Amino acid sequence: MAREPELAARQAHRAEIRSRWLLSAPALIIIFVAAVGPLFVMLAYSVMVRGDYGDVRFGEFSSEGWFNVFFQRDIFDDTITYADAHLSIFWRSIRLSLITTVSTLILGFPTAYFIATRPRHTREVWVFLITIPFWTNLLIRTFAMQEVIRNEGVVNTLLQALGVIDQPIQILYTDWAILFGMVYVYLPLMVLPLYASMERLDFRLVEAGYDLYAGRFAVLRRIILPLVKPGLVAGSILVFIPSLGAYVTPRVLGGGKNMMLGNLIELQFGAGRNWPLGAALSITLMVIVMVALLFYVRNASRSGATGHG
Amino acid sequence: MPEPLRVNERRVAVEARNISKVFGTGEHALRALDDVSVGIAENEFFTLLGPSGCGKTTLLRLIAGFEFPTSGAILLGGEDIATLPPYKRPVNTVFQSYALFPHLTVAQNVSFGLEMLGKPRGEIEARVAEMLKLMRMEQLANRRTDQISGGQAQRVALARALAPAPKVLLLDEPLSALDYKLRKEMQLELKRMQAETGITFIFVTHDQEEALTMSDRVAVMSAGKILQVGSPRDIYDRPAERFVADFIGETNYLAGTVQGVDGGRAEVLLKTGGRISASYSEGMTPSGEVTLVVRPEHARAVEGAADLSGAVEDIVYFGTDTHIHTRLDDGSAFTVRQQNSRNAVLPFARGDRIGIVVGDDAAQVLRD
Repeated sequence: MAREPELAARQAHRAEIRSRWLLSAPALIIIFVAAVGPLFVMLAYSVMVRGDYGDVRFGEFSSEGWFNVFFQRDIFDDTITYADAHLSIFWRSIRLSLITTVSTLILGFPTAYFIATRPRHTREVWVFLITIPFWTNLLIRTFAMQEVIRNEGVVNTLLQALGVIDQPIQILYTDWAILFGMVYVYLPLMVLPLYASMERLDFRLVEAGYDLYAGRFAVLRRIILPLVKPGLVAGSILVFIPSLGAYVTPRVLGGGKNMMLGNLIELQFGAGRNWPLGAALSITLMVIVMVALLFYVRNASRSGATGHG
Repeated sequence: MPEPLRVNERRVAVEARNISKVFGTGEHALRALDDVSVGIAENEFFTLLGPSGCGKTTLLRLIAGFEFPTSGAILLGGEDIATLPPYKRPVNTVFQSYALFPHLTVAQNVSFGLEMLGKPRGEIEARVAEMLKLMRMEQLANRRTDQISGGQAQRVALARALAPAPKVLLLDEPLSALDYKLRKEMQLELKRMQAETGITFIFVTHDQEEALTMSDRVAVMSAGKILQVGSPRDIYDRPAERFVADFIGETNYLAGTVQGVDGGRAEVLLKTGGRISASYSEGMTPSGEVTLVVRPEHARAVEGAADLSGAVEDIVYFGTDTHIHTRLDDGSAFTVRQQNSRNAVLPFARGDRIGIVVGDDAAQVLRD
């Protein structure tokens, strides 16, 4: 008799656990099917033998895909050398992404500061304006950018009309074009988290800094920057990661020759018909991102910045 | 070279000369300060007292450099600093909200100003240790500012502002966030700090008690103007205007007509019939109908006829003293405050007719 309530309690507890799992099941299924699952598929593809017309030969394993990420074998004498082309694309991608992140930071910081220091009701208008580009499809915006910077485009026509230049400047299909495009596309992703941090910034602390003999630059470096660091970190991550894997912008603005990682991977799955290499490149990209993230986040949190106050 | 201005034979540290400050323009323009002039002496504990919106904080922010005057000059040691940015003024502020840097430790907060001044490391460390010792906060040096109590935060704010040894320390209602007991402690502490450091303190408050107990001199402000500047005793005993009398302590008002003026004293025929001699502030010549102010504890209730007469409406016992509320013959109210002693019993009760002695040195003629 005395056991009954205990038993009932245990059953209720079990039922609760069951219902928790049931409730989170849809989310878990989506995460596994859509994110974790494909990762394993990629991993599997990267260690199989490439098919002649794309795809892979199932069940036949080979390290060729991973080998080709970093090395290449000469087709005549089988000597092994570094895959310079791949490595230079890695390097170009990382470099362009870093420059993009820094550029959006330099442009986005004053913008966010400007918005955060407006009166409350006008701030909302500015934030709204920042989000307007999101209304248009990325591809369309990128093609519009092409119109602006091509040799007969707005910029060159205007500069020629003003007599600043005689010959159109070749911007399109250069790394500059990719950089312009990416900065344009990712700038809002930097401004918004920075603004969110700055809006919470207590500007009386800025006054306190001025009061304690800190000039404008010292206040920026010693007070504002440490306090908005969470927004800075978030913005940098939001810009750096997608720029590293950017595909549309380098393709449309960089032309065929200035490849970035995204384009290289696409090439392997498409015309290159080398799926194992494509899969291995994708995973390499992911590892780079994760290492960069870990490094960055740990570095940022170690300096002890907290967002409140 | 012009003669340096002196206040009570002391050199002036800060002088505001015809300062006006207008916020906004056109219809929305707000005149926060209206032609304010005041001199604050070196090593003085000077208080700006007034209700919220009277301009006291604006005046403080002008001295700190967070705002710039619409017109007028601010002199620091005889030099006009009105256009200098705050980081070029040897003036530090203790903020109402403390505004401690949340990303720095207590010690780092205190050393901030010294670092910005480019002091050598050894000197900074010594000075920070000295300040923390002065505030009795040595153990908390490495705490984060969100790990200390309100009273401690207050001390850190004070230490941070005092560390660079400013010529003038500005305090913007620094005690308002503390509870009563802590506030009392900090009042004494601030007084001690000021005496030990010898730095000029300019203290802003709306708390009259705080102003009276801590200050060497008090400036009472209202609606962007300074109404009266004087020692706490002056302000309390000889308020120049009705606002000052009202704002500080309890007050009785008597109406009367000036009969004659002689040697700084006015003979006033009261509306209730009596005739008393009253003091008045410098620079005015009372005439015609005037209002006199009498503090409740400066008058005495007696049996029989005196300067005033009226009926007792209520007697309220307060422990240290007793308040006798009376209705004078002309219908106005008058309160007398009498100190209690163990054996004395008031010789009258509610409803009795009594006399009130004002005496010759209790009444002050108000400026219109």
